[in-house]
Amino acid sequence: MRVAWIAARATLLSLLVLGLAYPLATTAVAALLFPGRAGGSLVLDEGGRVVGSRLLAQRFTSPAYFQPRPSAAGGGYDPLASGGSNLGPASQKLHDRAAADAARLLSANPEAGPVPAELVLASGSGLDPDISPAAALWQVPRVARARDLPAARVRAAVAAAVEERDLGLLGERRVNVLLLNLALDRQFGAPPPPAR
Amino acid sequence: MTANGWLQILAFAALVGALTVPLGAYLHRVFEGDRQPLPRLLGPIERFAYRFCGVDPAREQDWLTYTASLLVFSLFGLLATYALERLQGALPGNPQHLPGVPPALAWNTAASFATNTNWQAYTPETTVSDLTQMAGLAWQNFTSAAAGIAAALAVARGLTRRGGPEGPATLGNFWVDLVRATLYVLLPGAFVVALFLVSQGVLQTLAPYREVTTLEGARQLLALGPVASQEAIKMLGTNGGGFFNANSAHPFENPTPLSNLVELVAILAIPAALTYTFGRMAGDRRQGWALFAAMALLFAGGVVPAYWAEAHPEPALRGLPVTAAGALEGKETRFGIAESALFATVTTGTSCGAVNASLDSFTPLGGMVPLVNLLLGEVIFGGVGAGLYGILVFVLLAVFIAGLMVGRTPEYLGKKIEAKEVKLAMLYALLFPALVLGLAGWAIVARPGVSSLGNAGPHGLTEVLYAFASGAGNNGSAFAGLAADTPFWNVTLGLDMLAGRFLMMVPVLAIAGSMAGKKTVAPGLGTFPTHGALFVGLLVAVIVIVGALTFLPALSLGPVAEHFLALHGKLF
Repeated sequence: MRVAWIAARATLLSLLVLGLAYPLATTAVAALLFPGRAGGSLVLDEGGRVVGSRLLAQRFTSPAYFQPRPSAAGGGYDPLASGGSNLGPASQKLHDRAAADAARLLSANPEAGPVPAELVLASGSGLDPDISPAAALWQVPRVARARDLPAARVRAAVAAAVEERDLGLLGERRVNVLLLNLALDRQFGAPPPPAR
Repeated sequence: MTANGWLQILAFAALVGALTVPLGAYLHRVFEGDRQPLPRLLGPIERFAYRFCGVDPAREQDWLTYTASLLVFSLFGLLATYALERLQGALPGNPQHLPGVPPALAWNTAASFATNTNWQAYTPETTVSDLTQMAGLAWQNFTSAAAGIAAALAVARGLTRRGGPEGPATLGNFWVDLVRATLYVLLPGAFVVALFLVSQGVLQTLAPYREVTTLEGARQLLALGPVASQEAIKMLGTNGGGFFNANSAHPFENPTPLSNLVELVAILAIPAALTYTFGRMAGDRRQGWALFAAMALLFAGGVVPAYWAEAHPEPALRGLPVTAAGALEGKETRFGIAESALFATVTTGTSCGAVNASLDSFTPLGGMVPLVNLLLGEVIFGGVGAGLYGILVFVLLAVFIAGLMVGRTPEYLGKKIEAKEVKLAMLYALLFPALVLGLAGWAIVARPGVSSLGNAGPHGLTEVLYAFASGAGNNGSAFAGLAADTPFWNVTLGLDMLAGRFLMMVPVLAIAGSMAGKKTVAPGLGTFPTHGALFVGLLVAVIVIVGALTFLPALSLGPVAEHFLALHGKLF
């Protein structure tokens, strides 16, 4: 009985301190020190309009934009349904999906070689904001053609957008698709809206 | 595989190794020292907590009282979390106006967080409110981790205290261990880690979800919340329950390779340091290093094949016009192959269960590594606390087997191990496979079990096996193709988690209680030393053989069969 009485009070105290005071204090300090990041790393376009979070992938369909990896999050790139496909490595469904995506990409990028596999493989979150530099360079001819630009200028924009490994060691080199597309718009103007 | 990949793995291992001594010494001072750190600042808070709860910190508990305290406290946590989930619709801190969580799912989730499992049958973004995340789930992350540390300390005390004929058979005071683990270790650690994570881009906000119009003019609703405060304790407490469905693969939980490294270190730091703490408690640091060495060997035995296997493309890509440098389905670009394989090994060697990639999409052999880690009992550094007491059970078995081989009464740290302790240790060792294989066997013949499978062929069996191993091992990671939010899975996995936590913890605490009263004898000429390479080898062999003998048939029908069939071009 004594144990239960102590346990009840310990439950109450820990709930108040760990369940309420700690997260609220963390929120307050984080808002003070890192307001932008604590709020979701939102990205503005030139007009000051919020166009998304630099950390979350969004859908790009226009050939004039670089495209992210496929997404298994809900209907695609849905932050309310983050997650991967969870298809097994020897899954027929995975094979069929990747084959269809590869065929689509090859017909949209006729001047490029074999497709970098990550462009037909969904990420774990479905919101992966990055692609590898190789996967970005692979899309350069298409983007240059759609924007009527020399490929070299688009390639330079990709090179400028490459993020190196953290501390020169950790993770992989990568290109943030949203930031790269924003940089393209800034340098060369927005493309005409895609036909819907 | 790249040199850079191996270098990342080595750098991580070096970092954990470097933290082991200072953190282990700190933990020793906190729990066994006469003067706790920062007495001016934290001392009054600690004393207030005892006064508030009505605890006399000087009073030690025998094993039964200690265990009862732990169980009752866990039960209250479970009930409070359940109530919070059910009532969240009527409570504040719910900017999305989510309704109460349905009963079976709320039961599963409450059991999951009270047992340090953090299995996620729910989809957080659309199921639980900010208040439930903070005051239910993150709160249980703290308390279940502190309870695990307490249990490990109790077991360590039972084994290491010098008992006399009339010596005290006590194991410490659960409430003191609980308060100290929280106040001196988990809370300050989580606060620092949380702020670092925010600096990398992890969310920490109470704002409602934000709707944005994308660059191409589509609408996207961004799920937001107090993520960093939960993410930090999720790692430090080896809990693993993600704020988001995608867990640590989600860029809002784990935005950069640097945040990934910090999360990895946060998982392993305390379990690794506890081995050093144990050595100090035993009065012979080599005893702690022997445990560390066995864990490190098993860790290397997991991460090397995992990285190797994942550096091969999925069999499903064969024949397609693509260039692949590894298996990237379910992995994030910023982490790449090496950090995904490393994360999977770390999270399953411990009882963490956070994931930064979809384990279900790992190659057959790469995905077998996390499964085997679970099946070996999560003693590869293990959960906070649970890892230490888990490996101590295997130590007793190893010493017992060594004793049988040379025909001497086995002893550990100068205390005789007798029939009672070995029976209790076997209870611990047998309960886990009974739970996993028994429930998995039922699930694959029951219609409500099979209908949840997300993949056909042997991979489906692996999903089932993994689910119950993850539940009983209190890990919480998943081969997530399994649609686990059904009454069958919610109820069976809820029981699996509770049995795997408490039915396994009680025999270990009973061993501690029985050992605490035994008198310590000085080592003689015939004593089998438990600090050398020979013992480390024997310990690793016992862990591997017990695991392999039990689970090899199931593994052959799952990942092994899948590997060889896929090698011959068979898709499912």
